[in-house]
Amino acid sequence: MSEQTKIIMVSPQSPMARLARFPWVTYAPLIALIILLVASGLASEHFLIPRNLTNVLRQVSYTGIIALGMTFVIIAGGIDLSVGSMVALVGVLCIMLLNWLGDGWFAVMLAIAAAVTMGAALGAINGLIITRGKVASFIATLATMSILRSLTLYVSDAGEVVSENNSFPEVGGGYWLGIPVPVWVFACLALICHVLLKHTAYGRHVCAVGSNATVASYSAIKVRWVYFTTFVIAGVMVGISAVMLSSRLNSVSPGDAGLFYELDAIAAVVIGGTALAGGRGTIWGTVIGVIILGIINNMLNLLGVSAYLQGTVKGLVILIAVLAQFKGDR
Amino acid sequence: MTKSKLANQSFEPIMQIDNIVKEFSGVRVLHKVTIDIFPGEVLGVLGENGAGKSTLLKILSGIYQKTSGSIRFAGQDVSIDNPASAKALGISMIPQEFNLINTLNVFENIFLGNERSNGLFLDKKAMRAKTLGLLAELKTELNPDALISTLSVAQKQMVEIAKALVSDVKVLIMDEPTTVLTNHEVEIFFALVERLKARGVTLVFISHKLKEVKYICDRLVILRDGYLVSIDEVDDIDEADMARKMVGRELNQIYPKKVFGSDEPVLKVSNLNIKGLLKNINFELKKGEILGFAGLIGAGRTETAEAVMGLRKKDSGEVQVNGKAVTIGSVADAVACNMAYLSEDRQGKGLVMNFDIIKNISLISLAKYVKGLIRARAEKKQAQHYVKLFDIKAASINSELMNLSGGNQQKVYLAKWMDTEPEILILDEPTRGIDVNTKKEIYHFINQLTHKGMSVIVISSELEELIGLASRVLVMREGEIVGELEGDDINDREIMYYAAGLK
Repeated sequence: MSEQTKIIMVSPQSPMARLARFPWVTYAPLIALIILLVASGLASEHFLIPRNLTNVLRQVSYTGIIALGMTFVIIAGGIDLSVGSMVALVGVLCIMLLNWLGDGWFAVMLAIAAAVTMGAALGAINGLIITRGKVASFIATLATMSILRSLTLYVSDAGEVVSENNSFPEVGGGYWLGIPVPVWVFACLALICHVLLKHTAYGRHVCAVGSNATVASYSAIKVRWVYFTTFVIAGVMVGISAVMLSSRLNSVSPGDAGLFYELDAIAAVVIGGTALAGGRGTIWGTVIGVIILGIINNMLNLLGVSAYLQGTVKGLVILIAVLAQFKGDR
Repeated sequence: MTKSKLANQSFEPIMQIDNIVKEFSGVRVLHKVTIDIFPGEVLGVLGENGAGKSTLLKILSGIYQKTSGSIRFAGQDVSIDNPASAKALGISMIPQEFNLINTLNVFENIFLGNERSNGLFLDKKAMRAKTLGLLAELKTELNPDALISTLSVAQKQMVEIAKALVSDVKVLIMDEPTTVLTNHEVEIFFALVERLKARGVTLVFISHKLKEVKYICDRLVILRDGYLVSIDEVDDIDEADMARKMVGRELNQIYPKKVFGSDEPVLKVSNLNIKGLLKNINFELKKGEILGFAGLIGAGRTETAEAVMGLRKKDSGEVQVNGKAVTIGSVADAVACNMAYLSEDRQGKGLVMNFDIIKNISLISLAKYVKGLIRARAEKKQAQHYVKLFDIKAASINSELMNLSGGNQQKVYLAKWMDTEPEILILDEPTRGIDVNTKKEIYHFINQLTHKGMSVIVISSELEELIGLASRVLVMREGEIVGELEGDDINDREIMYYAAGLK
């Protein structure tokens, strides 16, 4: 036996032992998703129809994109409650800019670029308050959540802002290869985020900062910079989500756009197995978390469950996810 | 000091500790310790770090559970399962880190968890009056309504003592009560000890300051490596004896042959000052040598290392690496100067406990493995190299660090810094909490590094370690370098003399 194999513990190869060693907690979200898919397929004949499935995916893609950014923030040990209000503000400003620019694709491109930049800038403001002002992220983003929503209502006079650009609706309402554009965007961003988190030095640093910021700083990692950038990433994702959402509806209503998106995004991240305390988490887990939430909503609708009870189910799913995680930690 | 111990001994012991054994996950840290404690005496507990002093006192105060043995209190067999049951017996412990709530005031803290009420509401009047009475008895002028956060360390200690008195303490255990105090405060503390004695309270305390122990204690217990070495009347033992008994054993071959560096300095630190922590630190590290830093806890050794590594803001000071003045404002700067620092706090400052071995080893040197993306294969290969080199034992190279033993964690920590290819290595308590075999491995490895031209600073509170490894030892006390020892002068007596302020 070579020296290197010495570190591999010799363990009984019985099926039971293998079963026990299988990292159940890691794959719990995936297993839950499969069970949910099978159960839903059995419970409703309408569920597995392609149009229903693409609809579910489209519905979740808006909060899904935000949840990707939220994953970075939470892994780094923070939280961002302002994303819902930020979606509304960026959406409103995006359409106002578009109407000012006029018709045509050029204007659309410019507005999209502006929306992403605005998202990044708002995220940077959150990040600065938190890292420079040393305010807990929960409190800082609670404050900006309130501020951004109120600014949204102010700039729009609390009235619905409607786009006059004829090309804009094709962005979020379009299809490619039979799949809605927002779903493609969500999938591409998920892939990019996965690579960023898993295969770059930056992603490694995000995990290290969230796990133990002191260790990270003793390891020559720029802790504050890393923490700051996670909020910028969250802002960029919000900007993209705002474009998808406002172009799909061709309008933004400042009062309810993005309402409770922060909660859906956080719920998806947690269901996906990311520790709320930070330090560990995956993008694919978040994607699964997003889809699980979407399917549950869809099934409750298909089965005719009262809309008032849907929040209860969502809450229970979050609780189960967290309890499972907690057990895994012990 | 009056020695009323003869009178004391005619009493029955208040506490009889009989054959106490304590094991932590199979490792025995206390070996059948038997001590009788007499009412009204002041019992000092001495020993090197890791000798088992704190463990013993934590068992007495219910924080730890003994593995075997028995405790009798006032003649009765008792089981002390938690701090509350210790308190019920009249045993209180004042830890090094005070258990006070900063946002509450003095009397609220004194009565915390023990509040007096008149029916429905808190009886603040009674609590305030009782507090005033206690503070008067302790001859301290403290406002019962002062917030804890506004108090000095010594005042906080008074509050802790008052807190113990209010629950009618019979045995008061203190873990290094004077380490945090200034000289003047220590005098006040001594006066307080006298008053507590007069009240019939038995005091047990840990100290590293031999002079102080000699002055204040009636009897001394000396522990070493978890064994009881001796119990002496304080008059029968002098400081040199204490130091010798604490260190004890002969040095054996667990230390490699000493290396002596060249004359060429690789690191030169001049006039390093941090207000309140470090005073005018000057030293040189020579190429290929092992330089020891000795001193008591809180003497400023870690602070010196952290200041040099850019982890602490310096008020003044110059650092030269290989003869060139460098500015080190962050760990990244220090890494760029080929410096490495292993903190004494392995788990809190050194390793990401939920990362696996691979990711921990590459955390600082990650850039080496990045070509756009992290080349996982190269990263893993390097980790395997270190696992083999250091004989790191783990279920797998993907095991999270929290599942490794302390010794193996330390090896991963060493590997993590070795991967940055340093020339200057600063090790802060490199073998704390590590078994003797792994210690030996680490010593030999440090020694090999110096043969390859690396220069090493070892900060250690284990005198034996410094004596066995270092070719030169600097002794620090209260933020200053107070002595430099070479050759035969590197022995426990000399080091202790400087560290305890006898020289």
